[in-house]
Amino acid sequence: MTTPLTINGTDYRIDLPDDVPLLWVLRDEIGLTGTKFGCGVAACGACTVHIDGEAVRSCQVALADVWGPVTTIEGLGTPDALSALQAAWVEHQVAQCGYCQSGQIMQAVDLLARTPSPTDADIDEAMEGNLCRCGTYPRIRAAIHTAAARMKEA
Amino acid sequence: MSRIGKIARRTFLIGSVAVAGGVAFGVYQVKKPAENPLSSTDGETVLNPFVIINADGVTLIAPKAEMGQGVHTTWAALLAEELDVAWSDITVLHGPPAKAYYNSALFGLGLPFLDYEVGDFRQGLRDQVGEIAKLVGLQLTAGSTSMKDGFVRMREAGATARETLKLAAAARLGLSSDDLTTENGMVIAPDGTRIPYADLAEDAAAIDPPRVALRDPSDWKYLGKDMPRVDMVGKVTGTAKFGIDTRLDGMRFATVRMSPNGGGMVRYDDSAARSMAGVEDVIDLGDGIAVVARNTWLAFRAAEAVEITWGPSPRPATNEALFDAITAAFDSSAPNATPRDEGDVDSVSEGTEITAEYRIPWLAHSTMEPMNATAWFSSGTMHIWTGNQSPTLTRDKVAEAIGLTPDQVQVETPLMGGAFGRRGETDFSVLAARVALALPDTPVNVTWSREEDMRHDYYRPAAVARFRGRVQDGQAVMLDGKIAGHSVVKATAAKIAGDETPGPDREHLSGGFDQPYGIPNFRYSGYLAPTDIPVGYWRSVGASMNGFFFDTFIDEMAHAAARDPLQFRLELIRREHEPSAKVLEKVAEMSGWTGQTPAGTGRGVAFCYSYGTPVAQVCEVVEEEGRIRIANLWIACDVGTALDPRNIEAQMTGGALFGLSAAMMGEITFTDGAADQYNFPDYDALRMHTAPKMSVAILENNRHIGGVGEPATPPAPAALGNAIFDLTGERLRETPFNKAVAFYGV
Repeated sequence: MTTPLTINGTDYRIDLPDDVPLLWVLRDEIGLTGTKFGCGVAACGACTVHIDGEAVRSCQVALADVWGPVTTIEGLGTPDALSALQAAWVEHQVAQCGYCQSGQIMQAVDLLARTPSPTDADIDEAMEGNLCRCGTYPRIRAAIHTAAARMKEA
Repeated sequence: MSRIGKIARRTFLIGSVAVAGGVAFGVYQVKKPAENPLSSTDGETVLNPFVIINADGVTLIAPKAEMGQGVHTTWAALLAEELDVAWSDITVLHGPPAKAYYNSALFGLGLPFLDYEVGDFRQGLRDQVGEIAKLVGLQLTAGSTSMKDGFVRMREAGATARETLKLAAAARLGLSSDDLTTENGMVIAPDGTRIPYADLAEDAAAIDPPRVALRDPSDWKYLGKDMPRVDMVGKVTGTAKFGIDTRLDGMRFATVRMSPNGGGMVRYDDSAARSMAGVEDVIDLGDGIAVVARNTWLAFRAAEAVEITWGPSPRPATNEALFDAITAAFDSSAPNATPRDEGDVDSVSEGTEITAEYRIPWLAHSTMEPMNATAWFSSGTMHIWTGNQSPTLTRDKVAEAIGLTPDQVQVETPLMGGAFGRRGETDFSVLAARVALALPDTPVNVTWSREEDMRHDYYRPAAVARFRGRVQDGQAVMLDGKIAGHSVVKATAAKIAGDETPGPDREHLSGGFDQPYGIPNFRYSGYLAPTDIPVGYWRSVGASMNGFFFDTFIDEMAHAAARDPLQFRLELIRREHEPSAKVLEKVAEMSGWTGQTPAGTGRGVAFCYSYGTPVAQVCEVVEEEGRIRIANLWIACDVGTALDPRNIEAQMTGGALFGLSAAMMGEITFTDGAADQYNFPDYDALRMHTAPKMSVAILENNRHIGGVGEPATPPAPAALGNAIFDLTGERLRETPFNKAVAFYGV
């Protein structure tokens, strides 16, 4: 039995056990390696993707439970056509090792969709599940504020 | 000494990447030639290629690994500064394992003088000692040395290439090279004729490179300014490839479960695991097992289902017993090292004596990207893709483990999702090679679970410190520090060479003995206590321990002397090292330090000189609903020459947060020889809501260029502890502090 999935606008049929987490379908089956494995227990946020526009930890969503179209970091923007948040990330030179940043950006997109002008407290609340061992938090915060301002202008 | 040379070739092979034709510039090894990573044929000049110019443009071969610190960007800027190319037109490749890429700066750190006293004479001596690193053949990205290492070499390579290209253009145009200028990747003649470097590469290959003087810093275009990082766009679009992202045709996914307690494996039953969906193989590794499966998660699940009986641990049964072994080192023997012994600490009797004992735990590195490597054994060669800080060591250790010669091992170094010292080890690469050896002709990506990663680290060692000091008339007159713990240097020597080298270990005491404090009677001694817990390099190494011990005790002495803790430090430091005094003054100015704090607020200052860079920090904590929140952290550093201020700021804030995380909540404990912590819920770090506001000032008074990746880590735990003391009156002498106080949001 195969499971249908829509990822970044492309339809797939996945032939894997129902309980395989979406993270590993993306990374090991489809080859979308922009979504990262960090902990496997929803404690770090590196695997954050969107299902139906909502940020979720893809390590905790079983294949059979994916309830809508999936967007990953690769579907958000490309090196030649950065999304607003990705452009703000470049402007503020946020990434150090960069491993957590896909998840950080996907979480921030979700925040701005719900709260277009977030306060620092809003950012704290939305982003506290996303761990960064390099400690890039000040620049993540600044980039979110910049992107929010740009998106309002646009 | 070395000089710049060049080499011409139809094809340059840089690891798996072929660069077509052109001319390469690099540093000749004048003494015993190092092995040439470009696989030279007989009779060709051996050199250490840094830059290749061909029809496609300019390629920089970076011998340093990118693990988040921005080294590839700054090295490109160093090259561009002299070569006159658009910085963004330089392609950066990570170099293959080769002795030619020895780290000349790292071994300079081992010389028997205090770094802050390095003047021109000693700087020259230190440069020469870099030769030792070549002989040892280490290609390391460690010790915050990348900029010291590349600062001259990369600019020399760029300048030599530029002048050689000008000579080629001069010959073609019938002009003197003095008449020519260079700009944006082209040689320009007085009549406006512009010849791209790419067109001159072939001619340049036939010309002996001239000796060239480097440009004055006042003429720099790139260096000293904020540079956009070359890896940034890839890292925000998910297109950057880390080691764990390695994908090869026909590749399988695997994971390992290894003995967690050092006691090996007695037996295992894989019957349940083998019947699970997607499982392809279970491999007996002797001291653990590997499961090969269709994807990583199916391998994780099946590995958990293998019933394993581990052997009994040779390690002490409890964490307290481990600490008992450490403190016993104080009593059992003479010190291993006393690298500072000024005045006579034993005869000082004036003033007030204070004593304190400090204790810090083992720490995991917990990089965001768990340990992994991809290996492929084919046609007698083991190919390995592994994010690592030491390609030559990796190659040699893999070869040794599986019975190959080093030239039968090919190491590729993709991006690293954090390293912090962990990826200087070779265990994860060796394990992947052992799995691949069992699956000939099949590439296999061996990824550890977070639990495997956290429980099989080479931990920052635990340590205990005992201090005695005397203050008189508001001054420190005596300080006697004794530090007991497992030597990382000796443990690493044992891993590399088979046994612990004899002799004194200064690294165990760095961040303490080498501090620029003019205390008339000042002794600092190390006592070594091998514990059988695997230990390794952890961001700032010895200074991660001594930065806390030494500075906290200085704070205690300041309070015992009834002095402002910042002024107390400033007076002692000014006697020894003016640039260090200036960072203290700067951090006082930034934070508006008055020595007074309102109720509900505490402030602590800390200072540490490490990796050639003095760093002072002021930490401000506030009490909110019975919990302590870190509100602000001000950082002042002196890097000598600031090559890329924005990147330095990132390393300073990141390094400080790394230290604060450890101080607040970092602790690995052991029961029956195995780590008690498994994953981020029980080994967490600072997050968005718990990180303080930070600001950084970068000074350039020091006489030589300093490191930036590590020096902000050592003072941070002390700054926090000193701030908590100011807030609560309670002196915290053991980390993590969350055992004694409640933090906001943790």
